[in-house]
Amino acid sequence: MTAFITWLEGLLKQSDIPVVYAQVIAAALAGIVIFSVIGLSVMVLVWMERKISAHVQSRLGPMRVGPHGSLQLLADILKLVTKEDTVPEKADYWVFVIAPFVVLLPAVLAFLVIPIDSKLVVRNLNVGLLYFLSIPSISSIGLIMAGWGSRSKYSLLGGMRAAAQFISYEIPRAISVLGVIMFAGSLSTVAIVSAQSRIWYIVLQPLGFLVFFIASIAECNRIPFDLPEGEAELVGGYITEYSGARYAMFMMAEYGHLVAACAMATVLFLGGGSGFLLPPFVWFVIKVFVLICLVMWIRWTFPRFRPDQLMDISWKVLIPLALINLVIAGSITAFL
Amino acid sequence: MLRTEDIQINMGPQHPATHGVLRLELKIDGEEIVEATPYIGYLHRGIEKIAENRTYTQIIPLTDRLDYTVSMINNWVYALAVEKLAGIVVPERAEYIRVIMAELNRIVSHLITTGVNGMDAGAFTIWFYCIRDRELLWDLFEMVCGARLTHNYIRFGGVSYDLPDGFKEKTVELCEYLKDKVDEYENLLLNNYIFQKRNKGIGILSEEDAVAHGVTGPALRASGVNWDLRKHAPYSIYDRFDFEVPLGEAGDNWDRAKVRLDEIRQSIRIIRQALNSMPGGEFRTPGVPRILKPELGEAYSRIEGPRGEYGVYLVSDGSAKPLRWKFRSAGFSNISVLPLILKGLKIPDAALVIGALDPCFGEVDR
Repeated sequence: MTAFITWLEGLLKQSDIPVVYAQVIAAALAGIVIFSVIGLSVMVLVWMERKISAHVQSRLGPMRVGPHGSLQLLADILKLVTKEDTVPEKADYWVFVIAPFVVLLPAVLAFLVIPIDSKLVVRNLNVGLLYFLSIPSISSIGLIMAGWGSRSKYSLLGGMRAAAQFISYEIPRAISVLGVIMFAGSLSTVAIVSAQSRIWYIVLQPLGFLVFFIASIAECNRIPFDLPEGEAELVGGYITEYSGARYAMFMMAEYGHLVAACAMATVLFLGGGSGFLLPPFVWFVIKVFVLICLVMWIRWTFPRFRPDQLMDISWKVLIPLALINLVIAGSITAFL
Repeated sequence: MLRTEDIQINMGPQHPATHGVLRLELKIDGEEIVEATPYIGYLHRGIEKIAENRTYTQIIPLTDRLDYTVSMINNWVYALAVEKLAGIVVPERAEYIRVIMAELNRIVSHLITTGVNGMDAGAFTIWFYCIRDRELLWDLFEMVCGARLTHNYIRFGGVSYDLPDGFKEKTVELCEYLKDKVDEYENLLLNNYIFQKRNKGIGILSEEDAVAHGVTGPALRASGVNWDLRKHAPYSIYDRFDFEVPLGEAGDNWDRAKVRLDEIRQSIRIIRQALNSMPGGEFRTPGVPRILKPELGEAYSRIEGPRGEYGVYLVSDGSAKPLRWKFRSAGFSNISVLPLILKGLKIPDAALVIGALDPCFGEVDR
């Protein structure tokens, strides 16, 4: 990225445009790239999810539109975007309208620090990991906004559940990565990947990976932790009242969070893009998709927890496990 | 001043968890249910009144629409009442066919309920598996009577058609298949840690309460009451078969699901015995008139359905149409315990409890 900006600055110098614009152009380009990457991966993922769930359930899934239903998603997006934009009469208009953006934005921002390759990263922040852990929390505000703004009791219950869930699962998630930070000695995601050149941290920190992975599933609102939108009891939770493009934004955010979480798990525990023969980029994508398939497999197999049981798992199981993992990591770094 | 108050939320009649059109008015404190009031009647079609204006034979297809998952059993309980009233004798072979059909239908109903229980808890996959197997059972019904959902198969003094060729082999094969599948579903759903955590100790119904509310069927047996009409007040030829009555201990949701799966196993046992000992002969008593005019009198028949005890009370005034036709629905009594057992549970439990009681609104509202 820095190399690109320097090159751009050189280019601008030749053509009389103030050099400051280089930063702006680079930022805009990065934004476009990230948005299209997310948009594309969400499309692939929704199709994948439908296919995987179908095959798990001994069905075929979408088959009609395009080969194996691969164009189904385009049709779905067209349908969602062209739908009438409805806002419930009693809804708190601005809160209701802004909420999807507040939910989607963090999912996009989380991608800024993910290093697909040591060069291919938007910003190599020296506090990258901290940034990554804190950014998704913003979306819980959006969820509460959606729940509150809809002025529907089911939405409100969903929003409240979402807030409680996000807050309690951020703690084990944050503690579980402390071990990684100890080993790598840095918060920079690029440094963490390069520190794993000899051995992946999943080998040294299986417990940490487990806690991080489970907490990430909870952060992505997926079964067995999809309580905020548990359709059997809360109809649709906080998205009950949303439709059309706004609904699509919620779905995009959900899958965006999923990709970000799996990508971060790859960076922290699976050595990022490291691998043999194939270029790092390909390895990175393979690893991320394996993790995503795992999440989908879990989703279509398990029932969901009850809210109070969910809290129990976070506070009584995951946090102690994460602390034990921390002790193990500490002893390894101290004595070896 | 900060204060808290209970919220009232309306669950149903259009709600994914109420299976049909039950409406629950819940008073909740946070996630906890303080009070639950069920409202019924959204699927009321006046079947009992319509029946008073139909001849006896014309009522059979109406009974299909009561508990639409088990048409055969509805047909049968009505036919039993009419046969009692008019003194019609049923040939041996027809009795065997009826038993086989009723047990196959019981399996259909229990499979759906198992799938629904999983779906309420968020496990979608089991639902699709159960639906897949239901299709196979429906194929058998289609072979026999041409219909898949509303069978209209049982007639006064027998059944409408004899079993087709190849039915026995296909059924034996399916029984073998289902036996494995039931084990698989037990492993996949009932033995799942999360499912057990969600269902064990939830919606406990004590023996006394169950009896006092007139609860019947798997919900009653899950509470530990040993009462199955097939065993304890045998109708038709059920006294000839060797089977057990599965019982629960705790009376919670999980026991209800477990009792249902065990009943599928017992039904398979009954079907196998019936297939092996089926006699030949008539499948229908000849000479039963189309327009039946039973003598003045009344009759009550009852039968063990998959949801509990189905009964038909019939009063004849000697004309071609019944004077009164009353259907005793199991689901109606079963959901009457909802206010009792929902109190103190959480909202997500409400969905599971309704699913575990398994009301079918076709018969509750009639």
